[in-house]
Amino acid sequence: MKTLSRWFSRNLIRIYMVLGFGYLFVPVAYTFAFSFNDYIKSNLVWRGFTLNNWKQPCGVLDVCPALGNSIKIGLLATFIATILGTLIAFALGRYAFRGRAVTNTLIFLPMASPELVLGASLLTIFLNLGMNLGFWTIVIAHVMFCISFVVVTVKARIASLDPRLEQAAMDLYADEKETFRRITFPLVAPGIAGAALLAFSLSFDDFIITNFNSGTTITFPLYVYTHAERGLPAQANVIGSAMFFLALLIVVAGQIVGKKVKVGK
Amino acid sequence: MAAVVRSSGSTTSELKKKSLVPYLLLAPGLLWLALFFVAPIITLISTATKTPGAGIGEFVQTYRWANYWDSLVGASGQFGRSFLYATCATLLALAIAYPLAYGIAFKSGKYKNILLVLVVAPFFCSFILRTIAWKQILGQEGPLFRFLLDLHIVTPTTHLTATAPAVIVGLAYNFLPFMTLPLYGSLERIDPRVLEASGDLYSNAFTTFRKVTVPLSMPGVVAGTLLTFIPAAGDYVNAEILGNPNTKMIGNVINAQFLNTQDYPTAAALSFILMIGISILVMIYIRKAGTEELV
Repeated sequence: MKTLSRWFSRNLIRIYMVLGFGYLFVPVAYTFAFSFNDYIKSNLVWRGFTLNNWKQPCGVLDVCPALGNSIKIGLLATFIATILGTLIAFALGRYAFRGRAVTNTLIFLPMASPELVLGASLLTIFLNLGMNLGFWTIVIAHVMFCISFVVVTVKARIASLDPRLEQAAMDLYADEKETFRRITFPLVAPGIAGAALLAFSLSFDDFIITNFNSGTTITFPLYVYTHAERGLPAQANVIGSAMFFLALLIVVAGQIVGKKVKVGK
Repeated sequence: MAAVVRSSGSTTSELKKKSLVPYLLLAPGLLWLALFFVAPIITLISTATKTPGAGIGEFVQTYRWANYWDSLVGASGQFGRSFLYATCATLLALAIAYPLAYGIAFKSGKYKNILLVLVVAPFFCSFILRTIAWKQILGQEGPLFRFLLDLHIVTPTTHLTATAPAVIVGLAYNFLPFMTLPLYGSLERIDPRVLEASGDLYSNAFTTFRKVTVPLSMPGVVAGTLLTFIPAAGDYVNAEILGNPNTKMIGNVINAQFLNTQDYPTAAALSFILMIGISILVMIYIRKAGTEELV
């Protein structure tokens, strides 16, 4: 009886997991499937299989410029936010200083504020300053909300380092700079890479904050949202699916490289 | 996201003590946050007390603090609905994510990392696209509706989309990874010996789960529910795509006031009230749940 119930409970979790992942992936599978739809005007009803959408991802007006904007904004925002956030993470993880509590609060608050409030308040200040909304206001906004996530991710990595490794380097007559360059930084680097990936995906997928501060600039999520009413072309599904597989590829490749580096050492 | 609960940091005593270096490291990032997070919030607070001026679309600062009250009264229905929907979505997400995180932490062996990646993976397929996909899956021409129609569970006149449950399910779906990762983070750190000890002391699997596993995973539960509740309460995309005019949340109101009506004072007042409302709820919740720092 005990083994039976144990077997049941183990499989209950398994069944539950399958259902949970099913729930997560149903819309992704749907998006992927309908990227092959031979659609006319609106991609709502299945009309037959075609590869044309994948052959011509830019075949519809405005899709690719929007995608290009998203990538450019994502890369720029990731670059700036990763540098600024990593510097803060090192300050928090490696130094004692006055104002630590204030700094922690300032990092935490943007993550704890609804995107709507972040977007709306930025729009208010941009309007008050009479700034032109567009590419750069989106970049500013994205850097702002990405910094906190970078800090938290990199800080966690720094906190998980074994302090003995740095002590060992110092014992072997490395000065502080050399210890940082040859021990600390390489050990923190995977955390920084992870933070950058997180920042890019947050920026690339952001809709609410972007919608407030975009002016006439169109990013990919804005394109999808504005075209949803009139019927979305399957090219949007192609781009969404392609980004999904590309991201999976990067993560899996990162894991394999990470393992190899570990084995190599 | 797991990092949110994980990072406790080393104690201050073992950190280097230097005067200027940390401030130089902090300066650029904190300056950015001061300019583009703190200053905008202050501008928001002051914009809320402006009143219409002479010109069309012009607002003058008159420090009319009653704007806050008027806006709150005007949108109290949507406020209530937002917090109700966000609470339901958070509970639903918790119910789905807890077994998921438990399974990944304890039952997945060498597939742990792959499953973790899979939890986050849907994020990479645009959030708007996935919400639209839900609309079409649940829609009257979608596969699920037809299947339910064949089973006589629904009639041709029933709606799955454009309902409050659809909005709630959509919200729970969108923020599920935010719930799952912190839960996994705290479950994974439970020492298996503690669970064994509980078994040795004659508690059965259920008692062990209730009295050992659940209390030890509380930090993850708190972080996960906050990371789900906060964005859900301020969301308007799900209500826009999956809802109807009677399921409008406060986000829809603020969005429309800002971008369509361009009634900036009201929109600013509502945004600030939303922020304060969420902060108060979060503080009460953290008090009750009794956890320490989250960052």
